Amino acid sequence: MAALPSRRDVLRATGLLAAAGAVSGSLSGCAEQLQSGFTGTAPSADVLTYWNLLGGGDGVRMQEMEGVYRKQRPGVDLRAVTLTWGNPYYTKLSLATLGAQPPDVAISHLTRVPTLVSAGLLQPFAPEDLARHGMSKDKFVQRAIERATIDGRIYAIPLDTHPFVMFYNTKICKQAGLLADDGSLKPLDSEDALVEALHKAKEVTKSWGGAVASVADVATPWRFFFSLYGQLGGKLLMGTSPEEILEPDKAIRAAKLMRRLTVEEKVMPPNIDYGGAIAQFANGRSGFFFQGEWEISTFKDAKMPFSMTRFPNLMGGTYAVQADSHTFVLPSKEPYERARLDLVLGFVRSMLDQSMTWAEGGHVPSWLPVQQSEKYRALKPQSNYVGAAESAVYDPPAWYSGSGSNFEMVAGSALGGVLSGRTQPEAAIRQIQVGISKMARTPAPV
Amino acid sequence: MGTSTVAPETTANSGAGQRRQGRPVLAGLAFLAPFLLLYTLFLIGPSVYGLVMSFFNTSLVKGGLGSFAGLSNYAAAFGDPQFWSSLWHTAWFTILTTPPLVILALVFALLADRAKKGRWFFRLAFFAPYVLPSAVVALIWNWVYTPDLGLLADVVTRLGLTPPVWLGDPNWAMISVALTTVWWTLGFNFVLYLAGLQDIPRELYEAASIDGATPWQQITRITVPLLGRTTTLVAVLQVIASLKVFDQIYLMTSGGPDFATRPTIQYIYDVGFTDYRVGYGSAVSMLLFAVILVVSLVWFALVRRQERDA
Repeated sequence: MAALPSRRDVLRATGLLAAAGAVSGSLSGCAEQLQSGFTGTAPSADVLTYWNLLGGGDGVRMQEMEGVYRKQRPGVDLRAVTLTWGNPYYTKLSLATLGAQPPDVAISHLTRVPTLVSAGLLQPFAPEDLARHGMSKDKFVQRAIERATIDGRIYAIPLDTHPFVMFYNTKICKQAGLLADDGSLKPLDSEDALVEALHKAKEVTKSWGGAVASVADVATPWRFFFSLYGQLGGKLLMGTSPEEILEPDKAIRAAKLMRRLTVEEKVMPPNIDYGGAIAQFANGRSGFFFQGEWEISTFKDAKMPFSMTRFPNLMGGTYAVQADSHTFVLPSKEPYERARLDLVLGFVRSMLDQSMTWAEGGHVPSWLPVQQSEKYRALKPQSNYVGAAESAVYDPPAWYSGSGSNFEMVAGSALGGVLSGRTQPEAAIRQIQVGISKMARTPAPV
Repeated sequence: MGTSTVAPETTANSGAGQRRQGRPVLAGLAFLAPFLLLYTLFLIGPSVYGLVMSFFNTSLVKGGLGSFAGLSNYAAAFGDPQFWSSLWHTAWFTILTTPPLVILALVFALLADRAKKGRWFFRLAFFAPYVLPSAVVALIWNWVYTPDLGLLADVVTRLGLTPPVWLGDPNWAMISVALTTVWWTLGFNFVLYLAGLQDIPRELYEAASIDGATPWQQITRITVPLLGRTTTLVAVLQVIASLKVFDQIYLMTSGGPDFATRPTIQYIYDVGFTDYRVGYGSAVSMLLFAVILVVSLVWFALVRRQERDA
């Protein structure tokens, strides 16, 4: 029976097919129209999506800068999203770009840029496009823009340099006789000078001379070590075997100084976490504090007498200090259309022009028109360490390196052990050589 | 199953009979087709693809499978202390959560079942947390665990004890997450037990009380043995669910402090998505799959045997 389908069956089947086709068609081809149809918003060419990972005081200042941009460009619908700092941020940025739904512009640490570039997730900035918006290469801190240039193409526009710095309590240092007549800190540019100063400060505070985080924080021991290692002119990642990960002689010398400060001279606490080190300094239980300059807001809020200067040149070589930079990148697998690119570049330029606001959070502006202005020079103590920007050493480029990366975890845990006295300098350096060599020998996924 | 009820049991060899037999099978398949299609598309397909990827150096950001790796991904996983510690964290979480989630669910189900008035309220009270999304649970408990000013710190201080840093202390973090999980997912097992309790004939209790059995004897001699099948189900489902832990840990501690709570699934997420090493991540996934399969089968066999012996 019923060998032939009835007319009704045929009609029903055709209808289903047509409906299925319509649904799949609209999902793939015209998702945007569909969305604007549902939400009632007109698809606008002037929507600018912007992702960043800036929390705390930085987040507040960035929102302030976004507010100024919105006033400057009322026609642009700026949609700024702040995501969790560190690996989760870069994971989301990568997956969104792979899924062809990236933001128009995003913040990236400069040390993360090489990995994103080799993964093919970033678009370069063409010099003529930058010139159109008055951003030529010579208007940036050279150290930062050079690091952002890969194979001759600029992949990131640096907003700042955030170096490792030295905080000091002006009241304690004055009592300890460490201040010059003009109220600034006398130079501490040698290993012994620093140790002596820390001893003097310790006599005043009756507890510690200085403080640096060593427990449950891998980044800080790394920043401290890498600054010293950079001053010795040490190289990193010359190859993949343990002997080529770093130069053992120089690395051990740097690690020995770290051990000297906490274990041998006992001028810094050996077991203290990030928050604990801050509390030591904020409560006047230590005269010095070593950390990235961003902690300026914490001590300003604590209303304590303090100042900041560049991390001293302890090793006697060419001055160097560990740093990273916040940069603007174009996350996309496809080149930008002219209109969209101009929108982004206009936004970036507005952010750069507001570098004074950004600098209040401690960061050294990369945008020279601001950095070299009188107004910035008058900004104290921020402008004390402006020179650090051109002496910055950045984490070496590798798929497993960069701020908050596996590289910092391996190296920082070993070095935290040195500060705590758990690990001897030689053993810690060996641990780093073996651990990083293992990552270096893993086939690069990018 | 659907097909067998529709298909008439026929032994007729006539042509008409064969046609009639053929059609219901087709109809059954047609009914199953949407499910089979989705199942193949979203479960079997990706699993096979994952298995294939585990033998290659596949990258998230490069097209294709990448270079052939043979068993080196598996060898790398076995040689990586981070993999082993994450596996231990998953196991530790399972050990911490499974007994309370089975025993407490039974106890609360017994209590709620015995309540004469307001039984609906107790059922709702125990089941309510289960319907919350993990993000909400994590948010609530992050506040409860806040040092110094959190609810729990306050309670513990009033008892005259010094509260630990619940989520910040490597020794306490997993226990704190386990406590949250018990509160959150107890309701599911609780409902299964309630259903099991309702299947026990009331006459048994009646007969037992006529024979002079105390309520406690009724529970140990009638209720618990007759709930054996439910206990098997609850225990197996619970072990599997605990071995798959990810979201509440990711949301509450991100695997920290110092990786003290990172479970295997987060390790897979970290290497596969953050480090772009999907090939290696797939190999670890396959290992976790094997572990869950073996643990579940062994556990199932043990519980079944116990049930038979009882």
